Amino acid sequence: MLAFTLKRLGVALLVALTVSLITFSMIYVSGDPAIAIAGEGARAQDIEAIRKFYGFDRPIIEQYFNWLIGALQGDFGRSYTLRQPVAGVIFARLPVTMLLGALAIAFALVLAIPLGVLAAVRPNSLVDRFALTVAVVGQAMPSFWFALTLVLWLGVHWRLLPITGSDRWQNFVMPAIALGYYVTPAIMRLTRAGVLEVLSSDYIRTARAKGLRPMAVLFKHALRNAIIPVVSLSAVQFGFMLGGSIVIETIFQINGLGYLAWESIQRKDLPTMQAIVLTLSVIYVLLTLLGDLLNAFLDPRLRVA
Amino acid sequence: MAELSVKRAGTMSAEEILAPSPGALLRRRIFRHWGLMIGGMILAAIVLMAVLAPFVTTFDPYDQQLARKLIPPVWHGGAKATWVHPLGTDHLGRDYLTRLLYGAQISLLIGFSAMLISGVIGTVMGVLAGYFGGRVDMVVNFIITTRLSMPVVLVALAVVSIIGSSLTVVIWVLGLLIWDRFAVVMRSATQQVRVREFITAAQALGCSTPRILLAEVAPNVVNHLIVVATLEMAHAILLEAALSFLGLGVQPPTPSWGLMISEAKGLMFFDPWLISIPGVALFLLVLAINMLGDGLRDITAPENRG
Amino acid sequence: MPGVAMSGRVLTVEDLRVTLPVPAGTLHAVQGVSFHVDRGETLCIVGESGCGKTLTALAVMDLLPSRARRTAARLELEGQSLAGAGERAIADIRGNRMAMIFQEPMTSLNPAYTIGNQLEEALLRHRRVGRKQARERALYLLDRVGIPSAARRLNQYPHQLSGGLRQRVMIAMALMCGPALILADEPTTALDVTIQAQILHLLAELQREFAMGLVLITHDLGIVARIATRVAVMYAGQVVETGTAQAIFSAPAHPYTRGLLACIPVPGKTRRGDRLGTIPGMVPSLIGEMRGCRFAGRCPYVAGACRESEVPLETGLETGGEQDHLVRCIRHAEIAGLAAPSEAVVS
Repeated sequence: MLAFTLKRLGVALLVALTVSLITFSMIYVSGDPAIAIAGEGARAQDIEAIRKFYGFDRPIIEQYFNWLIGALQGDFGRSYTLRQPVAGVIFARLPVTMLLGALAIAFALVLAIPLGVLAAVRPNSLVDRFALTVAVVGQAMPSFWFALTLVLWLGVHWRLLPITGSDRWQNFVMPAIALGYYVTPAIMRLTRAGVLEVLSSDYIRTARAKGLRPMAVLFKHALRNAIIPVVSLSAVQFGFMLGGSIVIETIFQINGLGYLAWESIQRKDLPTMQAIVLTLSVIYVLLTLLGDLLNAFLDPRLRVA
Repeated sequence: MAELSVKRAGTMSAEEILAPSPGALLRRRIFRHWGLMIGGMILAAIVLMAVLAPFVTTFDPYDQQLARKLIPPVWHGGAKATWVHPLGTDHLGRDYLTRLLYGAQISLLIGFSAMLISGVIGTVMGVLAGYFGGRVDMVVNFIITTRLSMPVVLVALAVVSIIGSSLTVVIWVLGLLIWDRFAVVMRSATQQVRVREFITAAQALGCSTPRILLAEVAPNVVNHLIVVATLEMAHAILLEAALSFLGLGVQPPTPSWGLMISEAKGLMFFDPWLISIPGVALFLLVLAINMLGDGLRDITAPENRG
Repeated sequence: MPGVAMSGRVLTVEDLRVTLPVPAGTLHAVQGVSFHVDRGETLCIVGESGCGKTLTALAVMDLLPSRARRTAARLELEGQSLAGAGERAIADIRGNRMAMIFQEPMTSLNPAYTIGNQLEEALLRHRRVGRKQARERALYLLDRVGIPSAARRLNQYPHQLSGGLRQRVMIAMALMCGPALILADEPTTALDVTIQAQILHLLAELQREFAMGLVLITHDLGIVARIATRVAVMYAGQVVETGTAQAIFSAPAHPYTRGLLACIPVPGKTRRGDRLGTIPGMVPSLIGEMRGCRFAGRCPYVAGACRESEVPLETGLETGGEQDHLVRCIRHAEIAGLAAPSEAVVS
């Protein structure tokens, strides 16, 4: 178990390193960053000063390692436009996005798991058909359009919820639904498939042969096993959602990492962009690791082995 | 054992011997699968409308008639609604139906091209990893993990903002980003095929590796490939719309559904149909492609139904 | 009126039928099976794979796949009818007064819970006992079924046990509530040959010790010869011959039974170099309506009349009119004197 965890942490580190290399190379795809910062009409000595200040005059390899060493110490450099350390900005915004992501995945799980279980318990029933419809519709619905439609109905038409901002809990309801609805189909389908498979397994027959009541069979014996793959999928989807929050945060103007990413892209603020991509990548890898550890916790076969 | 005995008795019955040929069975499965039929019909209709756009509408998608701006669609009624512009006009007085039809061309073009690029990358990686295993598999797995860890929308937006946005850039950026599912599915499909007897036989006969990959492996993984291709095309279309919506995809005045929604965002409280029409179009196109993909999976590999 | 005390009859099955809808029509998996089991008796149900043995057992336990339909003229456990009982009433009886041991020890235990948890569960469900008493009972039975260091095993998970140990756990689980009837469906098929004998000896021993009725489903006639009190031979969803083990082995009346017996070597009877018999052909499809003897297509003694009408189970004559020996063959009296089927079918 420990060896497994260490190995996965090693992979996480390697992934982070690779991502850092890719994001760092983004700077040089864009041409001379000094000109980008100074603006098109800047004087030559201003550009030169900027080049010196940010270290763009050094060899690329040296710049990368300087940046990497900094990043390892939690120093992602200074934002081109915000005139303050990137790390500070990111850590200020990250909790907002994590909260949004957590609410969204909670919404998705609350909707997807009961629906998936019901669909599996009564295959081809009305519930099953309804669940299938939810899944098919959910996968085809563009999240930004769904978000706008929510705003239009819940925000403007019925005036139930505030449209923008991130200071009150009501602000998070629509974004969480818009973000969570997108991952619902995948979780629901996996739950349905898992429960369906487990229900036809031999140990379920054993549980019924013991005379256990249908509810005990379903909750104690079936769900416990069917939920295992759902846990790791949810961890992965949570990671995807943090990346996808850029669209939702922009629409609802939620002051999170996604909105920060959007702002820095608009301003071509490369250090901030780099740091956000790297942060999200590391979080994703850690989340998948967490998913695997939870799996091992839930499945004794993995735990003891 | 109960299940087994059922199957055994079933395969030996006279009814089974008199069963129709596999081709006829496949045709019957296709026509009985309502999802596949509906999806296919909607997609065919959209493709046809997009291709025949110049014949369906006489307007120019770029032609601005500010005097005729914001005419509502016909079902809204009112004095301004007219059958000349069945879906109304946008804030610059361009015919909304025309923009919708030409927008379909853009969506289909980007979706298909990005799917092709990502399909080639993902398939090559997946098949190589699945066939050779070992170190190749390890490296490919690592690349897939790395790719999955990078947030697609964010990286796409960042790259487009750095390089500058155009139709070609959007196609390539999406194509280079969304190959992961191709790689994952092709890898496992190839792993399953690799251990089958006919591969061992081909290896024993001394067939070259490229020959085995093309003549033996490819035909046996192509049904998975087609299913992933449809799903990824839908994915690419959604991503393009999201990029264009955020202003970093297709650039105005090109008609793109994502862009149409973005342009109408400020007016949506007064004229909600401005976002509903392209939104519904986008939803229907993606829905149709997904239904087609799900249907294809059901009829080619019924055991994989999830 | 079959009472518990009067006859000691544990299970009565009369005209049990199971059908399954399949794409090609209706599969008649069990077609009017009747048998009974008394306390302290071992009934062996034998037959080839796919002849309806497992579905018969599952039908008694009411554990059939949900698509399956079950009907029976009588289905009684210790005089109490199971046929009309509701799901809740059956659940109160299952694992309590009747228990089943399955063919697949590797997959029949839930991988997510400890052995102890899964054993205790059966007792906690049916008896008003505390967890501590349940644990004591589990420990006693694990020890009784021959699992070494039982106390340690209670806290282990199924994947930490071998197939043989898991089947012993399944047996202990079946015994938790002290059932009157145990149905064992080929409990040793999945196990090593050396373990098979141990498990069967254990079952036979426990059956005697707790004076239960045991229904053992198997296709291994060697096993049957050693532990059966009575035997029911099934073919294509029907009982074709039933009687005491003694009668079946010494005077098999149905051509199918004779074919089966010819397939196994008998110590002292089969000489070195002798050919063992085979039964050519395959089990007929059970889909759709059938007429006549199900075995006609493979029977070396088949006559025109065999295919014309349903063949009833009737008293076998050659065992001196013993009431319990029944056979489903219209020619059994004629062929009783003919040569053994092994010589008839093997050229």
